[in-house]
Amino acid sequence: MFDVSTGAPLVRATDIWMNRGSNTVLKGVSIEARKGEVIALLGPSGAGKSTLLRCLNAIEMADRGLVEVEGEIIGCEKVGEDYVRLPEKQVARQRAEIGMVFQNFNLFPHLSVLQNIIDAPMRVRGMKKADAVKLAHDLLARVRLSDKADAYPRHLSGGQQQRIAIARALAMNPKVMLFDEPTSALDPHLTDEVLDVIRELAETGMTMIIVTHEVAFARDVAHTVAVMGEGTIMEIGPPDEVLRAPKDPRVQTFLARALKEMAR
Amino acid sequence: MSDSVPAGRGASARDSAPVMRERRSPWRWLGIAAVVIGLAWIAFQILTNPGFEWDVVGKYMLHPQVLRGVGMTLWLTLLVMVMGTVIGIIVAVMRLSNDPILNGTAVAFVWFFRGTPVLVQLVFWYNLAAIFPDVSLGIPFGGPKLFEISATVAISSFTAALLGLGFNEGAYMAEIIRAGLTSVDHGQTEASRALGHRPAQTFRVIVLPQAMKAIIPPTGNQVIGMLKYTSLASVVALGELMHSVETIYSRTFQTMPMLIVAALWYLILVSILSVVQYYIERHYSRGWKTQANAAL
Ligand SMILES: Nc1ncnc2c1ncn2[C@@H]1O[C@H](COP(=O)(O)OP(=O)(O)OP(=O)(O)O)[C@@H](O)[C@H]1O
Ligand SMILES: [Mg+2]
Repeated sequence: MFDVSTGAPLVRATDIWMNRGSNTVLKGVSIEARKGEVIALLGPSGAGKSTLLRCLNAIEMADRGLVEVEGEIIGCEKVGEDYVRLPEKQVARQRAEIGMVFQNFNLFPHLSVLQNIIDAPMRVRGMKKADAVKLAHDLLARVRLSDKADAYPRHLSGGQQQRIAIARALAMNPKVMLFDEPTSALDPHLTDEVLDVIRELAETGMTMIIVTHEVAFARDVAHTVAVMGEGTIMEIGPPDEVLRAPKDPRVQTFLARALKEMAR
Repeated sequence: MSDSVPAGRGASARDSAPVMRERRSPWRWLGIAAVVIGLAWIAFQILTNPGFEWDVVGKYMLHPQVLRGVGMTLWLTLLVMVMGTVIGIIVAVMRLSNDPILNGTAVAFVWFFRGTPVLVQLVFWYNLAAIFPDVSLGIPFGGPKLFEISATVAISSFTAALLGLGFNEGAYMAEIIRAGLTSVDHGQTEASRALGHRPAQTFRVIVLPQAMKAIIPPTGNQVIGMLKYTSLASVVALGELMHSVETIYSRTFQTMPMLIVAALWYLILVSILSVVQYYIERHYSRGWKTQANAAL
């Protein structure tokens, strides 16, 4: 397993609160990821896992609390005593440093696989086309889809689409990768090919926060497991502790059910 | 689909497989006969009734005044569609924004311009000169004027036609574009933002091209409809195709053949537009075609 550095945290979310309509979706969530750390985020449906990830890259704005990546506040700036939302242009620049992979892949269907990958490096980073294409081919080799550069997303299986989505996010050379249930829309036999790619990514020292229902994968790959429920992190720690001997009774119930479902 | 039959159990030469065909009903033949007889009768009337004066049709088809009318019809259609599309995009984006003022303005715009007859709007713009003799640019409510021209000059037949048809078209295009934009999955916007695209880039590179697939077919209908709606501009004496033939038949009293001239020209123009529409639709369905066609 990759040796996690001991320095300052690369990603730090402090006391995140968020209301959506009448319910409070996040109730003071704090979480830190050091460079090279893989955090698996588990928890029942509606716990607020997706919402937390979306706050981390400022796709949604928290009502309270700060997100920092390498010490830079994401989505807002300090003006006097207050924090004020940054102009969308600057938030976009910050988001480019944070990779995100979605449950439904969200590849751009009107663009070929190659165009899906090279567009943002060229348009957002100003990379030259030749360099972007070379980068894309390297990444396609890494996700073992070298022959699909000219295909359109619609003609690929779900597992292939998700691997392309990972390559597309990696093309921006992000500081951290966020995964929101990357295999939940996939058949079991396609799940493994995606998990293998994520596992290899962990070995290269990529910092990752992965929302998943795959308890076994979390145990094998994550340095830290966090279990969320009702808008809070109920328990967080090394996989051995959290998954084998959870202290919180709610976490015990959740894990017992999750493991039973896995056995089925 | 390839012709080769995959090898394996049950494979055989293609020709020996039974051929499936549609079932034919005897009523079908009766129907065809009725249609043929009907068409033949209409053709006979049209060709033999001297009232249609086919020689006059032939003589005026390429008459300079008719050709000028055709040119004006095309030019007006083009400008109205450009104006309608630009207004449509702006109003659609306003309509989809969360800002209640922008949203409300867009709703009111569509409500008004879609809710009043285009003929009324046309004549309204044409007669606006009578109410506001001067058009000026400056501080409102009696402040100093930076710029001023007489409205009778500013609002010619052409500007009245352009404004009347253009605002109306803008209201319809706004609805078409809005439907197109909302047809694009929200996940596309999120993925684009997550990659660091700015809002304008997300709109232009990701959302709009996908929305085009839903926007193009109804827009094609709008263009074809507008080509014919420009004939309404004849009421404000704009020299488009309809007005040209009217001018001619009011002089020669050859009403029927001149109407046929106009109808034939509209048919020709619409046919050309339909072909153009086919190619544009094909362009914007990239990525949605089956694998076999994707190489084309
Ligand atoms: N836009 C919204 N308006 C109202 N409630 C919302 C909105 N978005 C999320 N919620 C609520 O917030 C809660 C957390 O949602 P979230 O999607 O973050 O959960 P999750 O842990 O990702 O669940 P899942 O495992 O089902 O993906 C849910 O109860 C959901 O109903
Ligand atoms: Mg979720």
